[in-house]
Amino acid sequence: MATLTPTEIGSGHEGNIRDQITAYGQRLKNGEMGALPAVIALLALVVLFASLSPFFLTTMNFANLFVQAAQLTVLASALVFVLLLAEIDLSAGVTAGVGMALFVVLHQMMGLNWIISIIAALALGSLVGWTIGIFVAKIGVPSFVVTLGLFLGFQGLMLVMLGDGGLFRLDVPELKAIMNSNMPVWGGWLMLAIMVVVSLGLGFYDRARRNKAGVANRPVALMLSRVALIAVLGGVAVAAMSVNRSVSVVPIDGVPIVIPIVIAILFIGTFVLDRTTFGRHLYAVGGNPEAARRAGIKVAKIRITAFIICSTLAVVSGILAASRIGAIESTAGRSIVLSGVAAAVVGGVSLFGGRGRLIHAAIGALVIAIIDNGLGLIGLPAGVNFLVTGAVLIAAATIDALSRKRSGGGVRV
Amino acid sequence: MDVPLIELSGVKKSFGPVDVLKGIDFKAYAGQVTALVGDNGAGKSTLIKGLSGVQPYDEGVVKFAGEEAHLHSPRHSGALGIEVVYQDLALCDNLDIVQNMFLGREEVTQGTLDEGSMEFQATKALQSLSVRTVKSVRQKVSSLSGGQRQTVAIARSVLRNAKLVILDEPTAALGVAQTEQVLNLVRRLADNGIGVIIISHNLADVFQVCDSINVLYLGRMVASLKTSETNQADVVGYITGTKTMEGVA
Ligand SMILES: Nc1ncnc2c1ncn2[C@@H]1O[C@H](COP(=O)(O)OP(=O)(O)O)[C@@H](O)[C@H]1O
Ligand SMILES: [Mg+2]
Repeated sequence: MATLTPTEIGSGHEGNIRDQITAYGQRLKNGEMGALPAVIALLALVVLFASLSPFFLTTMNFANLFVQAAQLTVLASALVFVLLLAEIDLSAGVTAGVGMALFVVLHQMMGLNWIISIIAALALGSLVGWTIGIFVAKIGVPSFVVTLGLFLGFQGLMLVMLGDGGLFRLDVPELKAIMNSNMPVWGGWLMLAIMVVVSLGLGFYDRARRNKAGVANRPVALMLSRVALIAVLGGVAVAAMSVNRSVSVVPIDGVPIVIPIVIAILFIGTFVLDRTTFGRHLYAVGGNPEAARRAGIKVAKIRITAFIICSTLAVVSGILAASRIGAIESTAGRSIVLSGVAAAVVGGVSLFGGRGRLIHAAIGALVIAIIDNGLGLIGLPAGVNFLVTGAVLIAAATIDALSRKRSGGGVRV
Repeated sequence: MDVPLIELSGVKKSFGPVDVLKGIDFKAYAGQVTALVGDNGAGKSTLIKGLSGVQPYDEGVVKFAGEEAHLHSPRHSGALGIEVVYQDLALCDNLDIVQNMFLGREEVTQGTLDEGSMEFQATKALQSLSVRTVKSVRQKVSSLSGGQRQTVAIARSVLRNAKLVILDEPTAALGVAQTEQVLNLVRRLADNGIGVIIISHNLADVFQVCDSINVLYLGRMVASLKTSETNQADVVGYITGTKTMEGVA
């Protein structure tokens, strides 16, 4: 940071673009790697599978990949809220299943309006999260145990609600459309335009606020290039999804409806984590609960709220799952939760708590989806997929543990 | 001398049958560094916990700036401007300096965290203590040295407009250079008009930075001395109980 004299206290916002790049390199060296390993893995996987399968980089597969990743992204995002507290929710998948089972009971068995039934399913998710939170934060039962218990119990509950081997076709076209239909082509461009405008708006808003407070701002070019990156990457993706990707006579084009939904969830969640006191306190409790308590933060309330958000978002991922397969089964959600944890950790969310962002969950979900998708395309036996995903998870957790050591965190018990 | 910032008279505290504080008189002044020394188990931490409101006294009168005060809870103490910097610091490693300094009292404008304003005030608080060792207020606390962490913890109390800052063994875990930094910081804290109480086992530190020295021995205040009018040998005598105010025991 060439522009700082030794007596000055900076904020890391000073200096030109080169200073900023140097500072970023320093943060990497300190072990604050964030999503970088996952982004590198993502690129490597794309290159690998593109060279192994001619079908991998087709627009059809590209769109499929995003839809596959979308559902996992929502589940992984849900889990981020509890992982940030160094807690876990092993019941997230079956909570989604139970939520959708309630939807089946209310809407398809009792004939209630589908919107009300979905709201009821989400409310059930919140109730489940609240219950887990009470057990963990007030009574002191480890979240691993509470949610493992629910993981088993809810599998039984689903069987009771839907019957053994029960499978119910989803009969709401609006819900089926989420994962199976696309926006008109202009919808994709509108979505991208909104993203760019909102990013620019927030960028300038932040700069104005920092100016008013009298602290340094990073070079405006840095913010603009970040927005430009969103515009370019998003533009390529939207363009790819705007051409007809059908292999039959019925044309298929446009960005899948689920994409803007997931982006909105990521945006709102990130906004809450980065810009509200709740978000700040969540990170604080995850980093050092005792310090948070002494600072006057209501630690139990933060924990309970995190579990409520997690379980509620888990039900949202359940809606996406039901939409994708067009049905709700009595065995829904059993195996997905570990993929969700894997996605978050692979993306750079720390299992030790206090470190991670929702964008990490999204990148990790893409990595897991690409492994799944790519291995399927090159026709390896199904077992290989589990082996590779498991190995990637362990590798990610190892990077997490090592970078934690490097940043001086040590091992906390 | 003017009115003490804090004045304890006849303060007592027992845990069941164990009398830990047996009628303590104690004064600390604004703009001065007051040392509290004594062997392990003398009652130093118990005395401090009473001031911070964590563990209220059983008996005795507490006056803050001449007014009788009732320190029933940390909230009462905090409202008066009494801040304790604990030995184990209570910082969040995963947050940066600004975030730690404002933890639990974040500034919100237009519904969201006002990072610029918090950053400005945190920087000013550090500058008011002439801190030179911190490069960026946006560094993660995990990347800081022990002395820097102590600095952040102390600066946080300045930010909270503390009138009395109590430091429990601030240099216990630090090397020579860092101890020097923290002692300088403590001195500047007092020069800014804040009353400072420092608990320490290191008499060299105490003699370097404190204006007066109070010695606890088995729950009694056996000596209250001006640093300029005493020496290390005497203080060691009081601490170990071989010397009393009246003369050699
Ligand atoms: N909560 C407590 N219950 C019972 N005894 C206590 C408690 N806290 C402190 N004591 C006793 O009071 C005495 C003084 O302790 P303390 O104030 O921690 O001394 P110091 O900080 O000077 O080493 C010790 O004998 C200790 O065992
Ligand atoms: Mg003690």
